[in-house]
Amino acid sequence: MNFEYKVEGGDFTNAGSTSSIVKKMMKQLGVHPDIVKRTVVALYEAEVNIVAHANRGVIYVDLDENKVHIKLEDEGKGIPDIDQAMQKGYSTASPEVREMGFGAGMGLPNIKSNTDELKISSVVGKGTTVEITNYFNK
Amino acid sequence: MESFHHALNFKYDLCIGCSHCTSVCPTGAIHIENGSPMLDSNRCVDCGRCYLACPVNAIYIEQDDFQTIYNYKCPVVLIPSIFSAQFPEKISQGAVLSAIYHLGFKYVYEVEKSVDLMKEVIKEQILNSEREKPIISSFCPAIVRLIQVKYPSLVPNILPMRTPLDLTTLYIRKRLTDQGIPAEDIGIFYVTPCAASIAAVKSPVGEEKMPVEGVINMNYLYNKVFRVIKEGVYKLREDEFDFHPISQNSLYFTLTGGEIKDIDVGRNLAIDEIHNVSEFLEKLEDEDIDNIDYLELRACDESCAGGILCAGNRFLIEDRQLKRAQGKPKTVTPEENKLLNYFPYLRENLKVGKVSPRSMDKLDDNIAVAMRKMKRSFEINEDLPQVDCRICGYQTCKAFSEAIVNNEADVRQCIFVQRILEQTDKLTTPEALKLMRKVWGEKKIEKHSIKHLDLE
Repeated sequence: MNFEYKVEGGDFTNAGSTSSIVKKMMKQLGVHPDIVKRTVVALYEAEVNIVAHANRGVIYVDLDENKVHIKLEDEGKGIPDIDQAMQKGYSTASPEVREMGFGAGMGLPNIKSNTDELKISSVVGKGTTVEITNYFNK
Repeated sequence: MESFHHALNFKYDLCIGCSHCTSVCPTGAIHIENGSPMLDSNRCVDCGRCYLACPVNAIYIEQDDFQTIYNYKCPVVLIPSIFSAQFPEKISQGAVLSAIYHLGFKYVYEVEKSVDLMKEVIKEQILNSEREKPIISSFCPAIVRLIQVKYPSLVPNILPMRTPLDLTTLYIRKRLTDQGIPAEDIGIFYVTPCAASIAAVKSPVGEEKMPVEGVINMNYLYNKVFRVIKEGVYKLREDEFDFHPISQNSLYFTLTGGEIKDIDVGRNLAIDEIHNVSEFLEKLEDEDIDNIDYLELRACDESCAGGILCAGNRFLIEDRQLKRAQGKPKTVTPEENKLLNYFPYLRENLKVGKVSPRSMDKLDDNIAVAMRKMKRSFEINEDLPQVDCRICGYQTCKAFSEAIVNNEADVRQCIFVQRILEQTDKLTTPEALKLMRKVWGEKKIEKHSIKHLDLE
C-alpha cells in the first residue's frame, strides 16, 4: 500500500502527524509493538528534520506484509557532509539553540539506531532524501 | 488468549436500542445488532462510560450478594476513603462508620491506609534510572487495560507494583491472622467506586488469584448505610468517632493530582478522564513527549470522586474529601496507622507478575490477510459518508468499514449507501427494511410504532 503525505517547513504544530498515521496502520497489521515503536521514533525524527530544516517535503510510505519503506524527500539546504552529520553529537545548531536542549546532534544517529536500513542522499542547495526500511519479521 | 472478565452487563429487556453506549465507548467495543448492544469483550476496559451514558439504566454492574458477608465469622469491609465523602456534611464520619458496623462488619478499613508506602515506592521508582520512563501508574485498572488493548508499546511503562487495594488487603489478612483469627474465618469485602476495579479484582492483571472474598458496589453500600442512619437504629460507637487515623496525602490520593502530590522528585503529570488519557497516550506513543518521569492517569473525570458508582455530584464529593484531608496530619505514626509496622512484609510482596500487551487493533492474525483487509477497509471507508451517524450500528464509518472486511457487516447497512442503491433500483424498500431490522430490530421500524406523529 502506498501513501503520500506533504510536510510544510516550519509547521511544528503538525510535525509528527505522518508517524502517527503510520503507527495506526502498523498496529492494524499486528506488527510487533517494538517494531512499531522503532519505526515511529525514526519517522518522527525524520519528519521533524524536514519541518525544522527544509522548506517543504513529501513523505512516501510503502507498506507491505514484510516491511515498511519510507522515503522522505525535502526541498531545502541539503547536508554537505553526510558522514559527519551521522556522527553522534555533530550538530550545526548554534550554542543558543543547544542551550534550549535542541541540536544535540542525536537526530540522524537516533534514526539510524531505530531502522534496519537507512539511506541518505543530499544535494547542497537542493534538498535531502532519507530512506528508512524496517522489517516485520527478523 | 484468555478473555477479560467484565463487570458491565446489559439488561436487554430495558434497553431501548438508542446506541448512546456505542457512541461514548473509548475503545469502540460496542456495536448494535438486532436492536441490542453487543460487547466485544476483548476491547472493553470496563471504564463505565456506557453506564453513565445509558438513558434508561439498562447497564448494570455485577456485585457479590451482600448476604455472603455473614458466611464469615470475621467479615471485614474495605472501603475507599471517598466513601464517606458521598454523604452530606451534616452526617458525621462517626455516624457513617457506626452504621457500617451496624450492618454486621467486624472491622472497617480504608483502602488508602497503604498509600504512604505506595508513595515511597513511587519516589524510588522515579529515581531508579533503570526504569523505562515515563512510569505509568498502575492504580486505575481501566487505564491499565486501556494500555494493554490500545497502546501495547507502552505496557513496559506500567509500574509493576501492587495497588493500595492489594497492599491494604495483604496487611489486614496478615494482621488479623497474627492476632490469632483463623484464615478461613476472615472474609474481606471490597467496596468499589468503579466497574473496572471489580473486573480487575475478579481477573487481576499480572496476578493469579483474587485478593478479596467479595466485592460490593459503592452506591449499594451507600444506600444501605444511609438507610441505617436515617432510621437511627445504629449505636454511635464512642471509640469510633472517625475512621482509623490516615495521613493527609492518603486522602488526596484518589483525587486528580493526589497520587503525584508532594512527590518532590522528577517531573510528574496527572491526567483524568479516559478520552483525555487516550489523547495523551497517543502522543506519548508518537514520541512527541519526553522528560516526564511519572504519569498519574485516571479513567474518570475528577478521578475516583467521579467513579461511576459514586452517589452524587463529583465536584461536591471532591470538595468534601479535600475538606476532610485538610483536617488531617501530614504524617501519621505507626502507633496510629498500624499498617506502617508492616512495611517490610508488604515490601516483600510488592511486585506483580508480568502485564502483557493484548492489542486489539489488528485486523487479522495473518499479516498478509491483515494487509488485504486494511487496504479494502480504506477503500470502503472512502465511499462512506464520514457522518458517523451509527445507523449501520457501528461507532464510526471507519469501524463499520473494518466490520465489513471482517464479514461482520453488510455495506448496505449504511443508510447513505441504501439511498444511492435505491436511486438505481438496486435495492427495494423491503430489502432496505430487512437490512435496517438486522441492525435495529423489529420495533423501531414497525409501521404501527408511530402513534403520535400526524403523517397522513
